[in-house]
Formats: sequence, structure tokens, C-alpha cells
Amino acid sequence: MSDLKKIRDEFISKLESKLNLPEINQIKSDLFGKNGLISSQFKKIGTIVESERKKFASDLNVIKDELQDLINSKINEVENAEINKKLEKEKIDITLPERPFVRGKIHPVSQTIDEISSIFSEIGFSVEEGPDVENEYNNFTALNTPDNHPARDLHDTFYLDEKKQKLLRTHTSPVQIRTMQKDKPPFKIIAPGRTYRSDSDQTHAPMFHQVEGLHIDKNINMGHLKGCLDYFIKEFFEVNKIKMRFRPSHFPFTEPSAEVDIGYEIKDEKIIIGEGNQWLEILGCGMVHPNVLKNVKVDPTKFQGYAFGIGIDRLAMLKYGINDLRAFFDCDYRWLNHFGFDPLDVPTNYRGLSR
Amino acid sequence: MKITFDWLQDHLKTNFKEKHLLEQLTNVGLEVESVESLSAENQLFKVAKIIKTEKHPNADRLKVCDVNIGEKELKKVVCGAANAKEGLITIYAPPGATIPKTKTKLVIAKIRGVTSYGMLCSESELNLSNESEGITELSTKYEKSIGKSFFSKSKSNLIDLSITPNRPDCLGVRGIARDLAASGFGKLLELKEKKIKSKTKQNLKIKINKEKDQGCTAFGSCLITNVKNTESPQWLKDKLISVGQKPISAIVDITNYVMLDINRPLHAYDADKIEKGIIVRNSNSGEEFTALDNKNYKLEKGMCVISDKKGVLGLGGIIGGTRSGTELDTKNILLESAYFEPRSIRNTAKKLNLDTDAKFRFERGIDPLSIEAGLNKAALLIKEICGGDISKIDIQKIETYKSKIVKFDTNLFEKISGFKISTKKMIKILEDLGFKCKKEKKYLNLIIPSWRPDISQEIDIVEELVRISGFDKIKIIAPIKERTKSTLNQKQKLFHFLQRAIASKGYLEVITWSFTDGNYNDHFKQTKKEIKIINPISSELGVLRNSIFSNLIMYISKNLDRGFKDLSIFEIGPVFTGSSPGEQITVVCGLSAGKKSRLSWIDKERNIDVFDVKRDVVQTLIEAGYNSDKFLIDDKTPNYYHPGKSGRIFLNKDKDKVAAYFGEIHPNILKKIDIKTDNLIGFEIFLEHLKLPKKTLNDQKSKFTTSGFQKSERDFAFVVNKDVKAQDLINAISSVDQKLISNIKVFDVYEGENIPNNQKSIAISVTIQSSEKTLNDNDLEKINNSIIATVENKTGAKIRS
Repeated sequence: MSDLKKIRDEFISKLESKLNLPEINQIKSDLFGKNGLISSQFKKIGTIVESERKKFASDLNVIKDELQDLINSKINEVENAEINKKLEKEKIDITLPERPFVRGKIHPVSQTIDEISSIFSEIGFSVEEGPDVENEYNNFTALNTPDNHPARDLHDTFYLDEKKQKLLRTHTSPVQIRTMQKDKPPFKIIAPGRTYRSDSDQTHAPMFHQVEGLHIDKNINMGHLKGCLDYFIKEFFEVNKIKMRFRPSHFPFTEPSAEVDIGYEIKDEKIIIGEGNQWLEILGCGMVHPNVLKNVKVDPTKFQGYAFGIGIDRLAMLKYGINDLRAFFDCDYRWLNHFGFDPLDVPTNYRGLSR
Repeated sequence: MKITFDWLQDHLKTNFKEKHLLEQLTNVGLEVESVESLSAENQLFKVAKIIKTEKHPNADRLKVCDVNIGEKELKKVVCGAANAKEGLITIYAPPGATIPKTKTKLVIAKIRGVTSYGMLCSESELNLSNESEGITELSTKYEKSIGKSFFSKSKSNLIDLSITPNRPDCLGVRGIARDLAASGFGKLLELKEKKIKSKTKQNLKIKINKEKDQGCTAFGSCLITNVKNTESPQWLKDKLISVGQKPISAIVDITNYVMLDINRPLHAYDADKIEKGIIVRNSNSGEEFTALDNKNYKLEKGMCVISDKKGVLGLGGIIGGTRSGTELDTKNILLESAYFEPRSIRNTAKKLNLDTDAKFRFERGIDPLSIEAGLNKAALLIKEICGGDISKIDIQKIETYKSKIVKFDTNLFEKISGFKISTKKMIKILEDLGFKCKKEKKYLNLIIPSWRPDISQEIDIVEELVRISGFDKIKIIAPIKERTKSTLNQKQKLFHFLQRAIASKGYLEVITWSFTDGNYNDHFKQTKKEIKIINPISSELGVLRNSIFSNLIMYISKNLDRGFKDLSIFEIGPVFTGSSPGEQITVVCGLSAGKKSRLSWIDKERNIDVFDVKRDVVQTLIEAGYNSDKFLIDDKTPNYYHPGKSGRIFLNKDKDKVAAYFGEIHPNILKKIDIKTDNLIGFEIFLEHLKLPKKTLNDQKSKFTTSGFQKSERDFAFVVNKDVKAQDLINAISSVDQKLISNIKVFDVYEGENIPNNQKSIAISVTIQSSEKTLNDNDLEKINNSIIATVENKTGAKIRS
């Protein structure tokens, strides 16, 4: 038997026994180390007689490859066994609870304001704001509601001084005045915000939210008003058809004035918007009164347009099935969690207003 | 305004049914608030007489009454009213009846051990008036009606209309009929107005003083002598009851009837109690009189009073006085039909806090030309029912009514409404409403009916025409989807961003009142002025909030009481700095209580702490686009924060305006408000103090570069005095070479063993990397030395060896 065959047989049998990683590495170095058995054989090639050299070299290479492959597969085997052994130990109970994550929520009124802004944004309205504390002039007089006007009685006003000059705005309409005073027509704005009336019972809160709309340009008529509200209501309730009724009404700052009802019915204790024979009042609107335009130095013979005021809380209640207005402001943790919105749910046109 | 279809038909000829009526009322702007059936059900309510009352054996305030309801046996009824006494004629509701006001159905019930068969009703329970004090008292005239139904058998429903303040004419049934007729719902019946034919002069002298701000411009009257006041005939009683009014006596009922029918308020005086004629004048300061509501009123100067020689008889157009009131034995009546200025009525009523039916009508504007019609109608009815002789009508005036004229451009209609109707149609509508029209080229010359004080300009005419034509005629013009201006401005965008940024960090958004409890507010108002509401709904909501914290603490406390322990809430909204418009700022205010993590199988329990909240605030500002490298944080905070565990953030080193505060709420406040937590951490971000960048975030970004050269991390431990802030060390290090030092991180703070008492050790890791070359040992050594030297120099620190 040649040396080569002897080396091969000896080490193959060695490698067939159960070995750990250091032992395999020892074998590897015995064979292929600087002075390893195989390495030494390669050094010998030059000394072999010419006639046998070729065969010797070929045999040596075959044996080298065979042993190397065996060692590598052996190492692999041992490593795999070790990983498997480790994995065995690392088995956890995956049904144990995850680390807690505290979710924040957006208040339904804020969400509704964002929805409203998104809808009106599409048709070119921009958002204006005004202060919560107003003077008597902006809240009433400029809006064609002089001091002796009985319509003032309909607003239970909170006053901040005995002379009743400073008050908490009773509607968002003073934003109309502020907007028209600071800029020049055309105007196309909405103004959402807090409003206040000293009224408190099941269906009234001393503070609530309104969104004002104002569109003044050269030829804006009641058809535009109807079109705008029809569009808004459909978009807001995310329905294709809506039953809407304009009813003549009276507001000192618009003429003609109307209140708008939408049709609804109750099915399985749930309110369904847009169908049925019941009417629900949701907003007031009208053509801006020429006296109001005069008060803000806009020429009513050149410019005209409409205004509207919508109760935001009311809209939110209808859309999201909230029964109690007072709960909006009661900060009950359970209520906020139930009716609140994920902050990632930003109402947009392309993703839809709500999920 | 309450009406019935029956009553309407006194003025309107129509073939339509009630269902259509309700729709049409709404369509012309007379909103139907409710429709109530007064028929069948209400037949249960009977006129009854209390025969005997006894004290309830088990209750001091209750009585047990034996009541005659026209049957053989008396009914036992338990009653709590103070006025329930023997002999009183009242209204009885048997078991099974539904009380109109409360909609509750009566059953036979034991009340404190005594069985009560039904109930004796107050006027308010029957919706007859707002009088809820005691049970209804009917006059002795009802003696013969005992056992009969109190309500008439009318099948007409009670229709309650909400009349807008601009339409006083529709506070009379005739006005409503006129609107309906104009809209095509029928034909308005001509009034066959009978006139007083008398040869006797009205011999009671009436004088309106001509003085400044005289509230009465015309006073019409007639005398009716030798009347016999009596119970009203059935038709009149039925009429009043059908609209929810309680019949009293013929004279009162007649004046009420005329008022409801044609909106002409009248007042009847007992002429014998008037001393030498009537003077209508402005009151003097301090004058007093007792009004028909049995209250004594002290008048201010300048109120319009009806007086005689002895003094004030009544407040014109608001309320009469007891001194000259009519009674059942009144013989001679002076009937007043006057015109009072809305402004004067309103001022007086507001000052005296008086609200009456007459006031409600006069302040909206009564038809100044209805004086005679009212006197004719009422006086003739009185004569018919109570007998007597009527004098001629006397009218005193200090002003003559001039009809208003509007020149109406017919083109304006389409310009405003967006649809067309013919001029012929316009004229028809307006004439039906009582206008006198004259066509002049493209204009209509219109004389406004005297009963329409709301109409004075062209736009008012447009409204009439649109209203009567029907709002359904307006065609929808779809909006154009075009945007020329951005929807939100920068500040509004920031508002919405902050709102969602905070919510995304685990805070629930709340909305609380803009007002708050003054006691809570005091803890947070600092030097700000307290802003009181003059007429708050309750003392706990008496001031505008100077900080959002007061409300958040109250509501955190409520939720703790509900059993929640770990809470994070926030609000973004106004905080008030003064009582003038604009003296408000927008604040994002958050408050957390309890633990960050509760004991669990995986994590240790720990309280929410300042550094949690600091992270929320800092991270929010970073997300909003502010560069945290420029932030400056120190420990000067308002006194409602824990002095040692709170901080403030500036967006840059100039310390311009405080962007935010954060920290623990001062323990003293927790103690005072007795809240069920020992751990309250809050923050405030001031929206107006966040400078809005001129450049977009995109433009603010520097060029994107990376370094491929090796970076190395070096750790340093410095020993410094305790009052030196970590920030000081970081600032010192970053000042060494901003090109090479890319990251500085505090990884340990240590006080205790091996460190002197008044000192602490701060360990910092610094990342050093060049964008130009690989730094060699020599370069690194140089920077190291420079860092150590700079920190030691600037902060008095010593490197730990």
C-alpha cells in the first residue's frame, strides 16, 4: 500500500468517529497544516521520478479533495448540531404577551374638522381663523344684528364686561367680518372653531364647534350655495345620493336665508343618512346681506355671495354614531379610546376621508 | 306660535289636507316645531271640584283630596300643591291619561301608603302656561262643567310654529294664512270688518306726552260701559283651549283672541279706576307699580308708562298694573290699542327682566295700522258677549305712519337666486302678500304692507319671491374643483402637525371648555390677569383659562376616580392672556399620570418621568422640522412646575421665546387639589413661539454627503462640580471641531463613591470622522487632547484618569 493510501484510510476512519470541533480542526491541521501530512506529500512531488510523478500528483490531488470535503462536511455537521442544540434551549412561550404599546388618539371633533377642511380644500376654500373673545361689533352689529334686534335673544351670550362690549363669540360668523376687513374680494374661506352660548342641558353645551363658510365674488348666487352644500354633504357622509331640503329661515346677516335639512331614517337603532322620510336640521345659510358687505366696505352692487354655518359636533355625532353631545367634552378615557381616531388616519382625498 | 288648521280656516279657503299644510308651512319659512294631537286622549281631562282635603297621614306636604268628577263617588287623589283646598275647581286626570308635558301615563299608585286615583294638574303640566306653582284654578263659572271634559272636542291638531323674529305678522293666524295663500295653498278670505257705530264720545282724556324717546306714537281707545263680565261662550273657550290657552273671563279671552287672530295686542282697563284720564309718558326714576304678575317693579328713568293722576298704571306694551285691572265685577272698560316702538319695549323689558306675550309682539313690530281694526273687533265681541255700550274710537298720535316704498329692480331676483320667474309672477306673489305694485320699465314700485317691518330694501323683496316660489326651484350649480390659494397657512399646518405628533406618542386628545374653575386656574395663572365671565353657567366655570393645565388636571382626576391609573392626555387650544379680542395664544398642553410600565413578566415597573415627557416634546419639535442641535434647554420654569425637575426649551441659543416647558407639576399643587396620584408630569408647547421657517424643510436640508473614511469612537469621563450641566460639556466638545466631531453622547452620570461630595462624573462618547482622509493616531491624539483641554477650560471639569 502506498503512503498516500495509508494516510487516506487512516484519516477517513478517524473522521468517521464522533468528533467535536477542536478535534476536527486538529485533524485539519495534521493534514493540511504547514507541515501536515498532505502538505508534505505535495512538497515531495519534485523528488518523484518523472515516470511516476504524474500519477502521484493526480492521486494526491484526489485524496486531498476527498479529505478536504469530508472535513468540511464534518465541520458543517458539528456546527449544525450545535446550533440545533442551542435552538432547542432557546424555545420560548410565544403566547406570552408582547410589550405594551400605548396608542394616542385624535378627538372626533378634530378629526371632523380635518375632514371638513379636506373637502372644502378640493373646491378652493382656504381656512381662516378668528379669536374666541370677540367684541360686540364683530359678533353682532357688523352682522346686521343691532342692539335692539330680537335675534340677539336667541344667542345666550357669555359676556366679559358689564358694558357687554366683550364677549365669547356665539358663532363663527365674526370671522367673516375679520376676513373681509383685512382683505379684498373675492373671498372663499371656511373658518372652523370654538363657539360659546350660555346654555347647558342634554343637547346643548356651553361650548361647541362651528364651521363658517363664505364665498364672495362677482356672480355667486343661490345655485352656487346649493351646489357647494350638496357637494359637501355628499362628500362628508361619503354617499352618492343625499336628500336635502332648503327651508326658508331668517338670520340677520344673510338674505335670503335658509336652514338645510337632510333626510334620514333609523334602521336597527342606527341612523342612516340620505334616505328615509325624516328630516334633520344640520346647518344655516344664505346670501350675505348687503348691509354686512357695506359694513366691511365691500360694494354690494359689485360683489355678492353666500355664507353658511355648520355645527361640527352635530356632524361628528351623525357620522360616527355618537349620542351625547356632552360626552365630547367630558374627557372620559373609555369614550376617547372608543371614539378617537388613530393619529395616522389623516383624512385625505386620495385615501378617503375615513376608513 | 300655536295654531290649528280649524282656526286657519277662519282666514283661508283651501281644499288641501293637514298633511300638506305642514309641508307648506315649512316651505314658506314657517317652521313646524311640533304637531300635537289634542283630541281623543285629552277628553280624559275633566273639570273637577275638591270637596274635602285632609293632611296625608305620612307626609307633611301632601294632602289627600276627595274630588268630585261628576260621578256618584268621590275620587281620592293625593296632591302636593299648596293651593289645593276645599271648593277649588280644577282639572283632574284619571289613571290612564297621559300628561301632555311629561308624556307620562298615570296609573293608580300608592303614594306614601295612600292610594291615589289620578292626579290634579297644574297649568304647565297641561301645556296651558308655564305656571307650575300649584294646580290649575278655574273660576266658579266652571261649576256647571264639573265632570265634563276640559278640552274641546276639536279634531284639529295643535301645530306649534317657530316664527323667526323678522315675521311679527305671522304671530297672528291671519298673517300665516296670507303667506299660505300667496304660496298657492288656498285663498285668503276677505275680512268682513264690522265697525263701531256710536254716537257717544270717548270722554276719558288720553294724552301722549311729546318728549324725547317717547316709546308710544299712537294710542287708540274706546270706552265700553255697563258691561257684565262673564264666562266666555263655548266657541271662544274651545278656540283658546285648542291652541293651549286657558280661558279666564270673557273680556280677557276676547283680547287674547284678537291678539292671536290678527296679532293686535290690546289692553283692557277698569275705566272707573283711572283717575282723570290717561297720560302716556316717560317714567321718572324710582316710580313703582304692581304689575298683573303680582310683582312690584321699580322703574328707571325714561320707560314708557301709561299713567293717570295717581301714578303708573302699567308699562305700555309690556304689562298692565293691578290697580286698573279688570275683574269679574268690572262695569266700565277702557280698551287700549296702541303702537309702541320696538326699541323702547326692548330696552325696558331687558332692564326689568320682563317677558310677556305683548312685549314679544311689540318688540318685533306690530302693524301700526291695526289700531282701529283691533278695537272694532274686540269691542263688538265684548258688546255681543258682555253687553254694554261702546263709545266712538279715540286715537291720539304724535307721529303719522308713512308707508315705505321700495323701488325693485326685477333683474336682481335672478342675479341672487340663480333662477327666473316672470315679472307677472312677481307681481302676483307680492300682491298676494299685501304689497301694492306699480310697474315702471324694469322696476317695480312697491308699497310695503304696514304689517311688514322687516322689509325695507330690494334684497328683502328677493327673499319674499324666493321663499314663496319655493327653494326647490333653485338649481344646483356644481362647484369647480380649483384651488388658487393653499388651504392652510404655515401656522395652521404646524397646528395640525403638532396635534398628530403628540397623539402619536401615546396621548389621547381631549377638548375641554375654554373656561375653567377660578380656584384651579389660580394655581397656573402666574402673573396673568384673571378674566371673569360676567354670566357664567356655574361658578366652577367662571373664568377664561389662563392655562390648559387646570382643566387637564380636573379631568385626569376624574379618570383616576374612574379607576384608571396610567393616563396621558393632551389638548391643543386657546389660552387667554387678557379679555380683549386677540389676547390669546395657542398652546399644546399634555399631562401624564402614573407609570410608564406596570409590573409585567418582561419589564420592570417604573413611573413616567421627566425624561419621558422631555423626549415627547423634543421629538415632536424635531418632527415639526426644528433642528435639535440648535435647541437650548435650561431649568427656569414657572412656579407650577417642580423647581428641580422641570425645564424649558428654546429653539435656538438666542433665548428668544420659550418654545416649551416640561416637568413635574409642583407637589404643593397635587397636595392642594387632592388628586389620586403622586406623579403628574406635564408639558406646554407654545405655537406662537415656534418661529415659522421661511424656507421649506426641503430647502433647509444641506447637501447629502457621506464620508467613506474610517470613524473612531473615543470615551471620556470628566469629574465636574454638580451644578455644571451635561449640556455645558456637550457644548464645549462640539465647539472643538465641528467638521470632525459628528456625534456626542452622554452614556453615564455617576455620583457617589470615589467622587468628591459636591462633584459628579459624566461619561461621554465622541465619534470622530473626517470627510477628507483617514485620521491617523497622531491626528486622533491631537483632537483628544483638544477635547480634554477645552472641556476642562470651559467647565472646570477634570478628566478622570
